[in-house]
Amino acid sequence: MKLIACVNHVPDTAAKINVAAGGTSIDKNGVNFVINPYDEFAVEECLRLKEKNGGEVVAVSVGSDAHKETLRKALAMGADKAVLLKTDDDRDSFGIASALAGYIKEQSPDLVLFGKQSVDGDDAAVGGMVAELLGLPSVTVVVGLAIDGSSVTAEREIEGGKETVKASLPCVITAQKGLNEPRYPSLKGIMGAKSKPIEERPAATVPARVQVVGMKKPAAKAAGKIVGTDATAVPELVRLLHEEAKVI
Amino acid sequence: MKILVLAEQRDGKLRKSSAEAVRAARTLADQTSGEVIALVVGPSGSGAAAETGGYGAHRALTVDAPQVAAYSTTAWTKATAEVAVAVGANAVILSATSLGKDLAPRVAVRLQAGLAADCTALRLDGGAIIATRPVYAGKALTDIRITTPVQIYTLRPNVFTSGASSGGAAPVQTQAVAFTDADTAVRVTDVQMGSGKLDVAEADIVVSGGRGLKAPENFKMIEELAAALHGAVGASRAVVDAGWRPHAEQVGQTGKTVSPTLYVAVAVSGAIQHLAGMSSSKYIVAINKDKDAPIFQVADYGIVGDAFEVVPALAAEVKKLTGGA
Repeated sequence: MKLIACVNHVPDTAAKINVAAGGTSIDKNGVNFVINPYDEFAVEECLRLKEKNGGEVVAVSVGSDAHKETLRKALAMGADKAVLLKTDDDRDSFGIASALAGYIKEQSPDLVLFGKQSVDGDDAAVGGMVAELLGLPSVTVVVGLAIDGSSVTAEREIEGGKETVKASLPCVITAQKGLNEPRYPSLKGIMGAKSKPIEERPAATVPARVQVVGMKKPAAKAAGKIVGTDATAVPELVRLLHEEAKVI
Repeated sequence: MKILVLAEQRDGKLRKSSAEAVRAARTLADQTSGEVIALVVGPSGSGAAAETGGYGAHRALTVDAPQVAAYSTTAWTKATAEVAVAVGANAVILSATSLGKDLAPRVAVRLQAGLAADCTALRLDGGAIIATRPVYAGKALTDIRITTPVQIYTLRPNVFTSGASSGGAAPVQTQAVAFTDADTAVRVTDVQMGSGKLDVAEADIVVSGGRGLKAPENFKMIEELAAALHGAVGASRAVVDAGWRPHAEQVGQTGKTVSPTLYVAVAVSGAIQHLAGMSSSKYIVAINKDKDAPIFQVADYGIVGDAFEVVPALAAEVKKLTGGA
């Protein structure tokens, strides 16, 4: 099987986010960047499918040289090859999807996996856009995946339950937490990743469809009221919720 | 401005998030002498389609065919995109539900449209829509403008207000879409709903528990408080990672982003990735032993005390207020 895992390089979820001068992007100074947490599930699923069916796992990322760190993480986990579609622009989802679609089309993989969303832009859009650009089926927010010949059975998470979804290969899947338990790279994997080459290509460019006109931090909340220090404060809390907040 | 709203139904009734989307569309349409057209795809959609009139839809369309008898990403994409073209929509609005988020990227590409996903506000500026959307799980807010002629927006549930229905019914017409078997390349074959439990992302009231509860069995009191409040149970990442609770309940940057009317955080310290997922809640109550816990910085009301004493007392007091109903 030819498997492609699309990965993004994003601020650690523990990072504090500040707005850069100019007011349309974040200040990257001092921010620790990591592989997008949901993309780890995508890489892991590719590795498991390869272990079962044979084949090759390619990790692909669209972005600057900094993304090589995330590609090395995918290599350390066990990906066979990494490709950086290089651009220094901050792109919208469509710009990222277009660059990926061009590369993926040329590779004709059986399966393309994404994380269900990237925890920077939180669009949850690139996977579906790539699928539509390539005319492939897509199943999003997947927590269970079975491949039998060319038939795909996936479980996707919905509000309050799950759906069983059928599709066929080649297919695009976006991974939700719960799909698998991503492995930690072994020392051997980490050492090996250093010597594996990262192929670089320029990312195809398309006009942006979305323009950021402003970015700000959410307004800080005013200090709340400490109602008490034990269960005797409960009647007052309930009164406040009922009479002041009017939420119960 | 002509706005098409993809309205979702559940058991024949219009979903609350769709009522919110219709009302938001109507607000924009009123400022541009525009029209709101609701679309319901799937079987028995005419009831929900008519209901959209109560929230401001001028008219409604239904698409029904064997190919959309069950949810299909590909068939729904085709239906939404074709109807958008047929009515000459300038904007298509969906809810950022699991269905809306699944469809919107595909519909956007098919219509060569820009997408603003999971918006929390829409406003007009010189005739152009400016969408506010949280990024980095709400650690920052962006204002964005779509630059394509046709535009797609998904709206975060529970943020826009639907208001009460006027009771009016939208005139409903059926719209034909020429489906082929290829349109069901992706299809739902089974749906398994949880045991009637309210989903944390949809609930008006959420009661979340954290690691301070010490053991998974202690979530029983969280469940009891949630039941007393008719709310849903949420959980911090720490307890989900520990296997105490399912991931579907996780609130935070790698879980669900929630905006309920009331969020009660019990023994949750308030790690930055948790705060990112819930700080847009309208009212936040924190119950924690540690007076320095970061959760108190976002809480409207706090009790610095032992959850094991406070939570059962709170459940009892709430039941007293609501007559135990």
